[in-house]
Amino acid sequence: MYKLSQKVWAVAGTILKAILIFVFVFPFLWMVSVSLQTDMEISSSPITLIPAVPQWINFAAAWSKGPFLLYLKNSLTIIVSVIAMQMVIMVPAAYAFAKCDFKGKNLMFGLVLIAFMTPGQITFLPIYQMMSEWEVMDTLLPQIVPFMTNAFGIFLLRQYFMQVPDELIEAAKLDNAGSLKIVYKLMLPMAKPAMSTVVLFSFVSHWNDYFWPLVMTQTTNVRTLPIGIAMLKNTEGITNWNIIMAGNMILVMPILVVYVFCSKSIIRSFAYSGIK
Amino acid sequence: MAAIEFKNVTKKFGNHVVIENINLKIKDGSFTVLVGPSGCGKTTLLRMIAGIGPQTSGQVLIDGNDVTEIAPGKRGVAMVFQNYAIYPTMNVRDNIEFGLKNNKIPKEERDILVKEASEKVGLEEYLDRKPSTLSGGQRQRVALARAMVKKPSVFLMDEPLSNLDAKLRVQMRVELIELHKKLQTTFVYVTHDQVEAMSMADTVILMNNGFIQQIAAPEEIYRNPANLFTARFIGSPAMNIVELNDGIRLGFRPERGILSDEADPKADFSVEGQVVTREMLGRETTYSVRDPQGRTYMVTGLDDPYKVDDKVYLNVSLKHIYFFGKDEQRIYEEDAQQYQACLEALRRGL
Ligand SMILES: Nc1ncnc2c1ncn2[C@@H]1O[C@H](COP(=O)(O)OP(=O)(O)O)[C@@H](O)[C@H]1O
Ligand SMILES: [Mg+2]
Repeated sequence: MYKLSQKVWAVAGTILKAILIFVFVFPFLWMVSVSLQTDMEISSSPITLIPAVPQWINFAAAWSKGPFLLYLKNSLTIIVSVIAMQMVIMVPAAYAFAKCDFKGKNLMFGLVLIAFMTPGQITFLPIYQMMSEWEVMDTLLPQIVPFMTNAFGIFLLRQYFMQVPDELIEAAKLDNAGSLKIVYKLMLPMAKPAMSTVVLFSFVSHWNDYFWPLVMTQTTNVRTLPIGIAMLKNTEGITNWNIIMAGNMILVMPILVVYVFCSKSIIRSFAYSGIK
Repeated sequence: MAAIEFKNVTKKFGNHVVIENINLKIKDGSFTVLVGPSGCGKTTLLRMIAGIGPQTSGQVLIDGNDVTEIAPGKRGVAMVFQNYAIYPTMNVRDNIEFGLKNNKIPKEERDILVKEASEKVGLEEYLDRKPSTLSGGQRQRVALARAMVKKPSVFLMDEPLSNLDAKLRVQMRVELIELHKKLQTTFVYVTHDQVEAMSMADTVILMNNGFIQQIAAPEEIYRNPANLFTARFIGSPAMNIVELNDGIRLGFRPERGILSDEADPKADFSVEGQVVTREMLGRETTYSVRDPQGRTYMVTGLDDPYKVDDKVYLNVSLKHIYFFGKDEQRIYEEDAQQYQACLEALRRGL
């Protein structure tokens, strides 16, 4: 009896997992499929699951429908600057919040938490006004400066740093290490899993971000890939889903590449952050 | 090489006074052991020397210079922490080298120093290993090498052997004594274990509740305890303490008690009793003897003539008896008046 019910549960579990995987993976596979279909196939009924002949030309078509090289360059510039700046600011901040005593520490950390919980939909207007006043709206700064620091990252790294025994830091002090050495040579290497979680989240969320670049950009010059791809929709009046999906494929390709190269550490860091 | 001095040093955590107005000198080149029960302030004292838990008031001097304003890394001290505090992401070499790098020692010189230190502690095969792959004893050695390599003038060690198993602990004790001989620098060693203190120190500083109870060589602190706390803390089994009249107490070491079948008329202290337990430890035997009033005495001896429940007499001669006054301070023979009172109390009996 016991054995039987165990088996039933195992089967039920497997079926549930299969459904979950299907729900998550199907839209992605659907995107891949559509991006390779002909105009005829996307409007055929019943729907086409696997294109007869993969239409690689859709990618070229999508790429040529706008200044995608420029978009790519903008996206890359933003992502690299944002992540670099975050590294420089976030790590010492998290260390200070975790291990140093200074006046107003709790208040300041409270502010960080508030920043953590405030959605961009609330802050974009004042930031927009500020950036306009600075007259930097036709540069990439409005998409970089607000993200120089990362409240979520500070929070996560601080939690991590707090678990590091004080004795280690004291030992480093006795080894004549200054604060920067302690932060970057001792603390940061220990926080690697937390750090890669933070960098990965940053990367994915900024790379895919649609809202912020949409409200912060007025000219083609400063637009990013997600905006460019969204604009494919409007170019010819009718919606070419295959072209749009090809554009989306171009957008997610870097994420896939990153995933393929560091899937192990990504899984580890997600497991670490409890997000699994 | 450096002497250490505490001048009117007080340490508080918030309102909690842990050390109050301590004055203390640690001799240059000595192997000084700070010993006392857990929570008495040993670590606190050590951390003040290192500069990682500075005093609330007073001065700490190293080689005559007030080091209050000097950063921990610039005091010429090295510390071995209780949990070793090895940098977990660095391999053994990087751990040992970290301080040298921070002190801008050139690479060639660093290599020589690291080699030297790792050989001294027997780690030369392990330089490329990560700490997580090392045993407790090996980590301990990494911590030692890391301290040694900087050629500090003061070596601070906070219960460095407490995480090792008994056998390794005995072996490391010997190695530390030899290391001290070789390096000839000041060692300040913290432990709660009086056996460790007695076996390693040339000077023992016994503390209790933030106060210094006695500073003396191990033989001296054993033979001549200055107060009741010291008498009880040092030695195992502990000194037998018996209450006399007027708050006076007498004490004698277990090995000074002599058991016999009959009362010894020449003994200055003699009680009748019964053997309650007998522990045969090989070389010697420990008896506990209970007298009719229910007091228990520990007696050790090389002979092993008695069994449990045997009736015995316990005799101690005056030259092995210590007296302590109401204030728990020792009453010395030189203090004739008080000493006479003690003898009187002894004569009047228990
Ligand atoms: N950081 C601290 N904050 C508050 N109290 C402390 C701190 N460190 C030590 N103490 C207190 O100081 C006393 C002495 O501690 P410590 O020096 O660690 O003792 P020991 O090393 O002799 O066991 C203890 O009562 C302990 O609770
Ligand atoms: Mg301690």
